[in-house]
Amino acid sequence: MLDKELRSMIDKVAGGKMDRRAFIQRMAAVGLTAPLANQILALGGVAMAEGPQVYKPTKRGGGAALKLLWWQGPTLLNPHFATGTKDQDGSRLFYEPLACWDPDGNMKLVLAAEIPSIQNGGLAADGKSVTWKLKPGVKWHDGKPFTADDVVFNWEYAKDPATSALTIATHRDITVEKVDDLTVRILFNKPTPFWADAFVGAPNTIIPKHLFADYKGSKSREAPTNLSPVGTGPYKFVEFKPGDLVRGQLNPDYHMPNRPYFDTIEMKGGGDAVSAARAVIQTGEYDFGWNIQVEDDVLLRLEKGGKGKTIYAVGGDTEFIALNFTDPNTEVDGERSSMKTKHPLFSDPAVRKALSLLIDRESVKKAIYGRAGRTTANFLNGPEKFVSKNTSWEFSVEKASKILDDAGWKPGADGIREKDGKKLKLVYQTSINGPRQKTQAIVKQACQKAGIDVELKSVVASVFFSSDVANPDTYAHFYADLEMFQIPLSQPDPSQHMRRYLSTNVATKENKWQGTNFPRWVNKDYDAAIEAAESEMDPVKRAALYIKANDLMYQDTVFIPVQHRLKVEAAANNLRPIISGWANETDNLHDWYREE
Amino acid sequence: MSQYVLRRILIAIPSLLGISLVLFVVLALAPGDPFSELATNPNVPPEVALALRAKFGLDDPIYLRYLHWLSAMAHGDWGFSFVSRMNVDTLILQRLPATLYVIGSAQILALLVAIPVGVYAATKPYSLFDQIANTLAFVGFSLPTFFTGILFILIFSVTLDWLPFVYSTDIKGTGIRWVLEMIRQAIMPVMVLGLFQAASLTRFVRSAMLDVIRLDYVTTARAKGLGQVKVIVKHVMRNAMIPVVTLIALQMPAVFGGAIVTEQIFRIPGIGSLLISSILANDTPVVMAVTFVFACLVVLFNLIADVLYGWLDPRISLR
Repeated sequence: MLDKELRSMIDKVAGGKMDRRAFIQRMAAVGLTAPLANQILALGGVAMAEGPQVYKPTKRGGGAALKLLWWQGPTLLNPHFATGTKDQDGSRLFYEPLACWDPDGNMKLVLAAEIPSIQNGGLAADGKSVTWKLKPGVKWHDGKPFTADDVVFNWEYAKDPATSALTIATHRDITVEKVDDLTVRILFNKPTPFWADAFVGAPNTIIPKHLFADYKGSKSREAPTNLSPVGTGPYKFVEFKPGDLVRGQLNPDYHMPNRPYFDTIEMKGGGDAVSAARAVIQTGEYDFGWNIQVEDDVLLRLEKGGKGKTIYAVGGDTEFIALNFTDPNTEVDGERSSMKTKHPLFSDPAVRKALSLLIDRESVKKAIYGRAGRTTANFLNGPEKFVSKNTSWEFSVEKASKILDDAGWKPGADGIREKDGKKLKLVYQTSINGPRQKTQAIVKQACQKAGIDVELKSVVASVFFSSDVANPDTYAHFYADLEMFQIPLSQPDPSQHMRRYLSTNVATKENKWQGTNFPRWVNKDYDAAIEAAESEMDPVKRAALYIKANDLMYQDTVFIPVQHRLKVEAAANNLRPIISGWANETDNLHDWYREE
Repeated sequence: MSQYVLRRILIAIPSLLGISLVLFVVLALAPGDPFSELATNPNVPPEVALALRAKFGLDDPIYLRYLHWLSAMAHGDWGFSFVSRMNVDTLILQRLPATLYVIGSAQILALLVAIPVGVYAATKPYSLFDQIANTLAFVGFSLPTFFTGILFILIFSVTLDWLPFVYSTDIKGTGIRWVLEMIRQAIMPVMVLGLFQAASLTRFVRSAMLDVIRLDYVTTARAKGLGQVKVIVKHVMRNAMIPVVTLIALQMPAVFGGAIVTEQIFRIPGIGSLLISSILANDTPVVMAVTFVFACLVVLFNLIADVLYGWLDPRISLR
C-alpha cells in the first residue's frame, strides 16, 4: 500500500470520516490486519482502541470456584524470577501489568488509565519515550495505594544485576521516571517502534515497592513475599505449594467493575498433558487445562460426549527445520560447525531448495498437529501485518529430484545421490517429543524417495535446550546438518525474534555458543533490513522491512517452516476463558466467567 | 544393645558420606542445566543466563561444589532450589505429609491383605484357596504400578465416574466430610501401591510359614493338645514373622521408590513427584536432597531391621 494513501486513511479515521473497523478491514485486504494495525493508527495519531468487551456478569463474585490444571505447576511467584511461562502464569493471578494483550493482539488496559498515543501526548513522535497514566484509586491487597513509585521501583529492582532478575533485558536499556503520583515516563535510548514491552503483559507484571524495597539486589532471594504475593489483581493470595498448588480468593476491592466472577481460584500442577486433557474434557474434574499439546486424534476421541472441549489461539509460533550453513563434521580449533567452514552439501543452493520441496507440511498437519497447526511457507507467522504474502510452498518429490539432477547430484549404486564424491547424507536432530519424532519419520521417507539419506537423531529436551557449554548435543552447538524445534514468539512483535539471526549473533566457541544465530547464516541484506527496522518509526515501512527479512530467509532456505502452531487449551463447556495467542493464558483472567 | 546401635550409627556415617559423594558427582556430570528453559526465551539474553549460572556456583569445579554442599549440610542447610528459589528443606517438608499418608496407608493395606492370606494359604498348602491366592499374587506383582494406575483411572474415574483421579491437597469442607474426601481420593493410589506390595508379601509370608509349620516344636505343641488357632498364631506365626519383619523394613525404601511413579500418575504432591519435576527441571540441589533422603532411609531401615531381628529372636545376639 502506498504511504500517501495510508496517511489519508489514517486522517479519515482521526477525523471521524472513516470507521475504525473499516480501516482495519482495508488493512486486512493488503495483509496488514490485527495486532499492530492498531499501532499504525496509534502512531498515525489515532488512539489505540481497546478490544471489544464481551464480559457478561453484572456483579462481582458468585461464580464459585475456578479450577485450573497446569500440568507443569508454577514453582515460584515472583514475576521477575519466572524461568518459564508457568511461573508467569501463576504470578499473574495476583500481580498485574499496566496493560495486557487480547486475543487479536490489541492492547487492553489493566493498571493504566489510557493507552499512550501521539494524540494524548503519551507517545513521543520520535519514538524515544512513552508516558503512561495510571488508574487512580488502585490498591494493593494490603490496602496500600498503587502509585508511580511502584512502577519506577520495578525498573530499579529488575535492572540491578545483583537482583538477578530474569526480566533484566527488558529493563536495563530504558530509564523510567516518575512524572507525578499517577504518571510515569519510560525513556528509550534509541527510537523504539515497539514500546509496549516493559510493564506490559504477564511477563512484566508489577510488584509492590513497600514490600520489596528492602529486598532489592543481592538480598532478593530472602523476600518473604517471593512466595506469598501481595498484588493488585482480581484474586488475593491464599496458599502456595511450589509445583503443586496455587490458591487465591476474590479481591473485594478489585479496581474493575463486576470483576472477578469466581469466588476462589485454584491452580493445580503436576502430571502430564494427556491426563490433564482427560480431567478437563472427559471427567470434568477441572475447568481449564493448560497447554494441551496432545495428538489431535486423542483430543477428538476425548471430546466425544465429553464435558469439555479444546480451544485454540493463534499466535506466531513456528515449528521449523533449520539448515546448518557450516560443516558439522570438520573440526577447526576444537570446534565443529565452525564459521571457518562451509557446509559441503548445503553450500549448493539446489540442495537446500530440494529439501524444502521434500517437507510434506500437509501430511504433518493431517497426521500430527490437526487443528493445532497450519501449513506455512514463512518463518515469521505473526502478527498478521508482518506475514509475507510473497512466498509459497510445495511438496513434490519429482521437482526435488529434478532440481538435484540438474545440479549434477546423480544417484549412486546404493540409490543415494552423490556429486564429486560427496554423498547426500544428512543428520537431522530434534528434541524428544512425540510429534517431533513423527515429523522426522515423514521427512525421512520423502527424502529417501528423492535419493537423500537422512539419519535421525533425538536428544532429551533438557539437554537439547540447555546452555551447557560442554555438551555437543545442544541446539546452539548444532553439530548436525538439520535440526527442528520452535522458538516461541512471546509478544505481538517480531523484533526480538528476528534479531537473533543477525550475523553478529552467530553461535561460536568464542561466545560459548550463547550466540542466537545457530544456523550460522550470514547475509548482509538481512542485517541491513533488521537494523533499519529497529529504528524505523513508520509502522508500514517497518512491517515491510520485517517481511523483506523473512523473504530473504525464504530465498536462502535458512529455515524450512514445518508448521505454524496454535496454542491448544482445554476448557469446560460452560467456561468462557479469554485466551490470546500473544499472551500468557492467565493474562486475561479477570475477564473469564462461566455461562450459567 | 545400645553399644551395638551406636556402633552401627558410627559405621553409617562413612557410608552416607560415600553415597553423597557418588550422588553429587553423578548429578554434576549429568548433562543439562537448570536454566535451559531460558535458552529459547527471547526475552532473556544469553549473558543473563550465564550470570545466573555463575551466581549459583554452577561454574565452580565439582570438588569445590561438593565441599560447599557438605559444609552447608553439616550446618543443617539443605541447599537452595534454583527453580523455586526457596530452601530445599521447606520444599521437602511441604511434600512429606502426602507421601507418608499414601505410603503408610498402602503399607498397612499390604500387611492387612498379605498376612492373613499368606498364613491361611500356608496352613492349607495346595488347596483351592492357596492356588487362587498364588495366582493372584503372581498377577499382582507382574503388573507394574504405572499400568495398574492407568487401568484404575480408566475404570473408576472415566467409565464409572466414582473416584477423582487428581489428588488435591486442599479439600473443601471440614470435619467428617474432609476425612471422607481425603479417603476417597486416596483409594486408587493406595490400592495400586498396596496391592502391588501385598502380592509379593503374600508369597513371602506363605513360604516363611511353611518353613516353620513343619518343625518339631509345632508337632509338640499340637501333641500337647493345643487348638489349631493357638498353634498357628502363638507358635508358628511368632517365629515365621521374624524374616517377614526384616523384609518389610528392608522394603520400605523400595516402597518410596514405587511411590514416585504412582505420585506422578495421580498428581500426588509428594516427594516422589518433587523428585521427578526437579530432575526434569535440572534442579540439582533438590534432586540431591531427595535422593540423599532416600539413601538415609535405606541405611536407617537396614539398622531398624537388624535391631528388630535381635529383639524378635533372642537367639541372635548383637555384638
